[in-house]
Order: sequence, then structure tokens, then C-alpha cells
Amino acid sequence: MQFMMLIHHDDDLLAAAPPSLWGDYAAFNQALAKAGGTSGLRLEHASKGRAVTQRNGTTELFDGPYMESKEQFAGYFMMDLPDIEQAVQWAARCPSAQYGTVEVRPIWPTRPQ
Amino acid sequence: MSLEAARQTAERVARDSYGRLLAYLAARTRDVAGAEDALAEAFASALQSWPSDGVPDNPDAWLLTVARRRQTDAVRRRQTRRAGEAHIQLMREELDDAALEEDSIPDRRLALMFACAHPAIEPGMRAPLILQTILGLTATDIAAAFLIPPATMGQRLVRAKARLREAGAAFAIPDRQDLAGRLDAVLEAIYAAYAKGWTQIGELAADRLAGEAIWLGQLVVTLAPDEPEAKGMLALMLYAEARRPARRDAHGAFVPLDAQDTALWDRAAIRTAESLLHAANRAGPTGRYQIEAAIQSAHVAGRLSGRPHWDAVVALYEVLLELTHSPVVVLNRAAALAETLGADAALASLDSLAADPRMADYQPYWATRGHLAARAGQRQDALEAFNIAVGLSTDEAERRYLIARRSALQDG
Repeated sequence: MQFMMLIHHDDDLLAAAPPSLWGDYAAFNQALAKAGGTSGLRLEHASKGRAVTQRNGTTELFDGPYMESKEQFAGYFMMDLPDIEQAVQWAARCPSAQYGTVEVRPIWPTRPQ
Repeated sequence: MSLEAARQTAERVARDSYGRLLAYLAARTRDVAGAEDALAEAFASALQSWPSDGVPDNPDAWLLTVARRRQTDAVRRRQTRRAGEAHIQLMREELDDAALEEDSIPDRRLALMFACAHPAIEPGMRAPLILQTILGLTATDIAAAFLIPPATMGQRLVRAKARLREAGAAFAIPDRQDLAGRLDAVLEAIYAAYAKGWTQIGELAADRLAGEAIWLGQLVVTLAPDEPEAKGMLALMLYAEARRPARRDAHGAFVPLDAQDTALWDRAAIRTAESLLHAANRAGPTGRYQIEAAIQSAHVAGRLSGRPHWDAVVALYEVLLELTHSPVVVLNRAAALAETLGADAALASLDSLAADPRMADYQPYWATRGHLAARAGQRQDALEAFNIAVGLSTDEAERRYLIARRSALQDG
């Protein structure tokens, strides 16, 4: 099964994170790659984003962050694993779980399983 | 007695009585969920009032009285709406019967444990089912320890109980010839609960789970005194539990066995484990839990005497490997081999695991590889293995320990 692991960071917690966080991330990335994690991306802060909506022919453009919330979407990993329990294990290992919330979402299957 | 101790004692008595009554009702009706319903309110009031008001002289009678009153109310309520539901009526009659036997309600908890470990129940749900039925733990408590959302755990428990009914699982102790195999499933479930409590330190629900598993182990030993493996498993849990106070230092950092302060070990627990192990060995054929307990015994004796028994440990792992063919045993044997034949031989013994896909995300495999490669002077391999082990750690203290080992290697 394909899963996306979505990283949501709490700005305050992240600002206080020790520099070792990024060393932890390097190790996490290496372990995930070894176990078949496919790809991942880190995003710039949500305040640097733009958001677009179209309603009744009118286009509106907003500056980020798209949602005012304590935690902001910050990046993702893709994983191919047998079940969601194993995906949750990876979320528990993810260093960002200590500085926000790590969400695990099954990918909508594009062909019958 | 402190307030907290009083609360714990009251809770212990309440769970003991609850499990006995539940097992009695379930054995007679084969309806675990119905029996839980019948006792739920009485159990909740006991958990609430006993710690402050004191434990009643006859806890079973207290619970039965409250449960019967509630069940009578329920029957009355239902009868006004539709002509009484059969199972509520049935449970009321069973509660009445129990009340007649009040002073000598037969203990059917072992039979209930066998039902929970029935082949029709998927292995992963056996431990949660035992924790809920025998101890009255909530789905939320159990879910926290098993890293499963509470709602999902709740649904799975409901399904498992329905499964028990459909499968017509006998609430009975199996015949002699089937006993060993079925007991194994019971022991495995209890040990799984203990392992959850052991690996997740510091979290309340999980911490408590280790204690509950030991209590269940004692219960099985009491109810099945002739089974050496039950004693072996209890001994194994007690050896591990005895070292709990020593496995983190004052700053919460991980302390490996060979660096632990043995003064912090719980000597009483070790003595109990030793005598259980002796009793088990006298009783007959040796199984997996007795051998694992014997390995723990050798480790403890080695540390306490200052003369490590590595040859004995390696030999015991060989026997265990014959029995279980488990990759975890190969891994543990390698750590012991490093002490007898050296790090190179130990690393070579891991070759059979290298192709096993389950090792890719198994943290102890990479941590062990890291330690062995470092000792063998294979610096680059050690760094890589430590790095992966760090990435696979969920426990912060263990992660910090591995990072320190990795740094020492980088600097050295």
C-alpha cells in the first residue's frame, strides 16, 4: 500500500529545536530509504506560499499561510508498506513528531487491488 | 499506606474480582460482551469508591449486588418497551446464580484466557482481549500501549468478542494433549503485553502494562501450577523487571546491561525469578521461556559475580535457535559470540540475516551490527549501521545513546 506521511510543524516548538534535529533527520532519511521509502520533500515555510481560489468566474489570490493554525504543513514522505500499522511506526520514528504532528494518509488506489 | 498505594490496592482487588466474575459469567453464557455489560457499572463504581471508602470485606459480593440491581433495572426498563430481551434476562439469572455461590465462585479465568487465545482470534488481538476481559482495562488504555487509535482498538475488540461467539470457542481448559500448544498462545499473548510495557518506558499506560502482564503471569502460574513454561515466562518477565530501575541514568539516558549499577537491581524479584526457574526446570521438558529465563539468569549471575558466563549464554542461544528459528535469537547470539569468538565471527553469524527483508526496519539489527562492526574495526560499516539504527529509534533515550556511540566513532 502507498502512504503519504505529512509533516506539520509547530513554529514555536521547531524554533526551540536543538540543531541535532537535522542530524536525526539525516539518520531517519537513511533508514527510511533502506526500508523502501521512495521520496520526500521539505517545503519552505507556509508564509512564503500563495493560495488561489476561483468562484463564479472570479479568481482570488491570497498570501500564505493558507490556513491560520498552530501547525503548518511543512513537507512529506512517500512510503510503500504492507499496512497502516507499519506506516504509523515510521511516523513515530519521524523526528518531526516531537515538533508538531506527523499525519499518515493512505494513497487513493488508482487501480483495483 | 499512602493514598496512591491505597488506590493501587483497591484497584488490584477490584480487577481481581471483576475478572473472576466476568470469567464465571462468560463461561456459562459464552457471551463475553453481555457479561461485560452486566458488570460494567458495578466495576466502574468499585474503581471509584473503593480507594476512598476502603475495600469491602467480600469484594465479589459487593460487585454482584450492584450488578444485580442494575441488571434488574435494565430488565424492567426493557420490559416496558418490548418484551424483555433474552440475553439481559439470561445475564440476570446468571448473576443470581453467582450470588448463591458467592463464597466459592469457581475461578474460570484460565479457561477465559484459553478462549481469548483461541485459534479463531487473530494473534495480534489475543493480548488486548486478555487485558480487557481478565483485567477490565479500557480500549483506550490498551490502544495507547499498542500504538493503535482507540476507536480502531475498540472496534477490533468488539469484533474479536463476536468472533469468539461465532467460533463457539469452548470456555474450558484444553485436554492434556492440546494443552501445551494452546497454553503457548496464552503465554505469548501475556508476554507480548509485557514487551509493550518494557520497550515503551515512561509512558503511563505502557509502564502499567508491564505490571499487569506480570500479574497475569502470576495468575497463570497459580491456576496452572504444573506447567513449567508458565513459570519460565514469569521468571523471564521478573528478571527483566528487576533491572528496570537501572536501565536509565539520572538524566534519563539509556544504560546497557554491562554498565548498569547492580545496586539498583531489585534483588527480591531476582530471587523469585531464580526459584521459579528452578521449579520449572525440575518439572520437565524445557521450552522457549525457560531457556530465555536461563539466559537472563546467566547475565545476572555474570554481572553479580564479576565472572561473565558467555560460553553458557552462547550454548543456551544455540538451543533456543533450534527451538524457535527466530532471527531475533540469531541477533542476540551474535552479541554473545562477540565475547567468546570475537567480533568478526559474530558479524559473520549475522550473514544469514542480511537478506531477510524484515531486518530493513528492525532497529536492534542495525544497532547490533553497529556495535559489532565498531569492535571489529570496520569503521565505515559501523557508522552506516549506527546511522540507520538512530533513524529507526522511537525511544529518545536509546536514540541519544546510539548518537553518542556514533560520535565517539567519528571522533576516534
